[in-house]
Amino acid sequence: MEKWYLMTAVVLLGLTVRWTVSLNSYSGAGKPPMFGDYEAQRHWQEITFNLPIKQWYFNSSDNNLQYWGLDYPPLTAYHSLLCAYVAQFINPDWIALHSSRGYESQAHKLFMRATVLIADLLIYIPAVVLHCCCLKEISTKKKIANALCILLYPGLILIDYGHFHLGLALWGVLGVSCDWDLLGSLAFCLAVNYKQMELYHSLPFFCFLLGKCFKKGLKGKGFVLFVKLAGTVVASFTLCWLPFFTERAQALQVLRRLFPVDRGLFEDKVANIWCSVSVFLKIKDILPHHVQIIVSFCLTLLSLLPACVKLTLQPSPKGFRFTLVSCALSFFLFSFQVHEKSILLVSLPVCLVLSEIPFMSTWFLLVSTFSMLPLLLKDDLLMPSVVTTMAFFIACATSFSIFEKTSEEELRLKSFSVSVRKHLPRFTFLPRIIQHLFIISVITMVLLTLMTVTLDPPQKLPDLFSVLDSWLINSVTSLRKSGRGDPRQREEAPFTR
Amino acid sequence: MRIKWVECAALSVMAALSVMTGGGSWFLALALGVTLLKCLLIPTYHSTDFEVHRNWLAITHSLPISQWYYEATSEWTLDYPPFFAWFEYALSHVAKYFDQEMLNVHNLNYSSSRTLLFQRFSVIFTDALFVYAVHECCKCVDGKKACKELTEKPKFILSVLLLWNFGLLIVDHIHFQYNGFLFGLMLLSIARLFQKRHMEGAFLFAVLLHFKHIYLYVAPAYGIYLLRSYCFTANKPDGSIRWNSFSFVRLISLGLTVFLVSALSLGPFLALNQLPQVFSRLFPFKRGLCHAYWAPNFWAVYNALDKVLSVIGLQLKLLDPKKIPKASMTSGLVQQFQHTVLPSVTPLVTLICTLIAILPSIFCLWFKPQGPRGFLRCLILCALSSFMFGWHVHEKAILLAILPMSLLSVGKAGDASIFLILSTTGHYSLFPLLFTAPELPIKILLMLLFTIYSISSLKTLFRKEKPLFNWMETFYLLGLGPLEVFCEFVFPFTSWKLKYPFIPLLLTSVYCAVGITYAWFKLYVSVFTDPPVGKTKKQ
Repeated sequence: MEKWYLMTAVVLLGLTVRWTVSLNSYSGAGKPPMFGDYEAQRHWQEITFNLPIKQWYFNSSDNNLQYWGLDYPPLTAYHSLLCAYVAQFINPDWIALHSSRGYESQAHKLFMRATVLIADLLIYIPAVVLHCCCLKEISTKKKIANALCILLYPGLILIDYGHFHLGLALWGVLGVSCDWDLLGSLAFCLAVNYKQMELYHSLPFFCFLLGKCFKKGLKGKGFVLFVKLAGTVVASFTLCWLPFFTERAQALQVLRRLFPVDRGLFEDKVANIWCSVSVFLKIKDILPHHVQIIVSFCLTLLSLLPACVKLTLQPSPKGFRFTLVSCALSFFLFSFQVHEKSILLVSLPVCLVLSEIPFMSTWFLLVSTFSMLPLLLKDDLLMPSVVTTMAFFIACATSFSIFEKTSEEELRLKSFSVSVRKHLPRFTFLPRIIQHLFIISVITMVLLTLMTVTLDPPQKLPDLFSVLDSWLINSVTSLRKSGRGDPRQREEAPFTR
Repeated sequence: MRIKWVECAALSVMAALSVMTGGGSWFLALALGVTLLKCLLIPTYHSTDFEVHRNWLAITHSLPISQWYYEATSEWTLDYPPFFAWFEYALSHVAKYFDQEMLNVHNLNYSSSRTLLFQRFSVIFTDALFVYAVHECCKCVDGKKACKELTEKPKFILSVLLLWNFGLLIVDHIHFQYNGFLFGLMLLSIARLFQKRHMEGAFLFAVLLHFKHIYLYVAPAYGIYLLRSYCFTANKPDGSIRWNSFSFVRLISLGLTVFLVSALSLGPFLALNQLPQVFSRLFPFKRGLCHAYWAPNFWAVYNALDKVLSVIGLQLKLLDPKKIPKASMTSGLVQQFQHTVLPSVTPLVTLICTLIAILPSIFCLWFKPQGPRGFLRCLILCALSSFMFGWHVHEKAILLAILPMSLLSVGKAGDASIFLILSTTGHYSLFPLLFTAPELPIKILLMLLFTIYSISSLKTLFRKEKPLFNWMETFYLLGLGPLEVFCEFVFPFTSWKLKYPFIPLLLTSVYCAVGITYAWFKLYVSVFTDPPVGKTKKQ
């Protein structure tokens, strides 16, 4: 690539921004007794390093599960163990059993930040760069611009570096869409084993690969491929879970830790359907617990089914990416016990379609960052979040000139508006409406940020409602676009409304 | 505090929105991008210069003018010219809305979070002038090379080189100083000279001199250029001077401008009979030959040579250990030291050396005028020569050569190569300014970002000409990598750390001194060997 230096510059810029953000405060800094996610990660290092593998997921006198018990799949635990070895080498106090609880120091913060940066540098950033290089039908310049935008996406930077949470891989998507199916499925299995939330993406993966097998013919090549894929999946899972397979109780306990169904429908302020409906209707009080689970399960399934069926029948990398978006979004909107941070799982695939539908993706990514504002405010990260959001916005606006690309074709809403025009011949103002909506929502976000910062917390509820409102407008449109050309999908849009 | 800057943020979002809708303006995106990066740097380490400027805010705010240059509660007394004092005075009237406490002279080392925010934002906001100046400079770059690609246009490259300059970023926004808007003034005055608006250029430079007197270093270039190319309105066909074309009106108007600016600045102190005190503050010759850490100039090599010779002398028993002064440079942090083998250097010697180094370039400017570009070369040579031989030179002064050199670099392949050597070594020599662990990745990443970009983009720009570096230069520049690894990652773990703590600093400054001397030399050679421009442009 003749413009490798620009790509290098982009990567370096991304790294610089990440590191400068990491100089800010972190989740739960100086807030005993529970601290925050930062302490959780440190605690995991302590546990994995000091306890035998069999006790990691069990409550014991050395491992109080109420205090940031390990609730991520085994791969995360192994990663913690690896970091713990490094920590042990630098300063054993950081991970001493019991005595290191709530350990905080400048050097330790530096160490923790460095672990994130290195993980990012080794896994996430190469994946982004490769993804952008593999994009077809766009110029080199656009590829670089695309990489810049993805790397500057503030949500991930702020949560990983500011709030403290380890990033996850998008190697799977990359592998599968580049036709390296085995590598892709291996990477995706690892991702699932790293963080169970990755299951949000599992359905499109499954459908896409299945569709590919069908396409090649179930009796010949397709079957071979299917067996190979199944083998990869089983092998990688077995490898990760090997230490826990010795006893039945072990494996069950891990599973129980991973899927804590007994929490609640949603945590405090998540921008999904349940939370916004509960402004009018207190679902939590009306429906019993198990009904909530069933309802949310059914709705999720219903909402993601059309896209998945379509993908299975006509597998294509592009459709795959769009289905990833819509599936993750349905999970986020309808499923049980969603955390604000889960929006990142939606944002990641949205980043992948950035070059195809720049306007909508930018809009979505901005809103998604904004939806995490309460979380960021709690951690005193207002400053970096405003700055990075603006940077992201500027990057997207200049590299894609998003405001000029709002015609119906660019928005992938052609078929939709054509079908509406059958009933309403004068329906030609869609692009303009969307442009206005965008500006209105940006202004609302700015105003809301100002309000949440300046006004007292008790008035948060009305704010939140409007947050959700702008949110919903957005999610509806993005759901709609994923199903372009597919009539079944379109039925979904009014349903979401 | 929060409210304020969130409002500002909101305003700039609106501005950005309105501009972006008008079509992708790359310059604005670059400027805004770097501004946001500066905002991210707010919580980073800041040096004692932070306290220096806070103290000046307090002095100018709470004391009458007559006290400004006498006040000495803090050790960081006011030692910039009056305009800068007025600038601090103006800032202090905004500062009082942030935190009244920082304006108390006796509140030493006060740094509340609001103070930090105010000071950092004051640097970021005044940088607007720098951005404007860069914009003007970009207009002066002739776009002969018509490229379709935006990223290969000289204008684009120049604006990145200036706006995203590594040195300015770390000196102003991490280390803390107000160089941005001062360099903005300088670049603006250079741009005005390029645009043939000489009076404005002279005025801006006079103002600049009264902001910070370090720019006196480049004053000879301004003086001679204005005299030769502005006061003499015509040349003979062979380019030599035509004496009868001298315009008294122009000379007088120039003189008047400079005089009025100086009167405005120094007048009040003249009236108070305080000029000697002001000057003693501005030119403190009591300080040592080298700054706390050796700037990579001729004297760094000289000192290192002295050190090496004394060690050899001790080994060979040629020197008597008892006669060696105790305060020799064991720690690199000593302000003054005596040389053991080589003769000691006095301020007068450095002054003479500097003058000798500057003279050829001045002669060249007078006898071989090459228009504004020739002036720019002379200006850079003045800055570099005084950096090489000056008294108590600070390593930050290298920016005085690097920034104007960026303007030249996009014009000619030879200049580009000099610029790259100069900027890379000069920027690397700034590394010891930031010695705290959290800033280590920032400085390395930003340095890589700037260096890789500048080298590759200039290479792309001049790809049709011969390669920018020969093998020796390549080898030298690549050597900076291992040097950094040794100084920051290997040395702290060796046993020498306690015994010879000065080694990394010494290595850095000597190694960089070699590169900067080389660049200086090469620039001089290019000035003398370049053919004169056929016709000197007439007014």
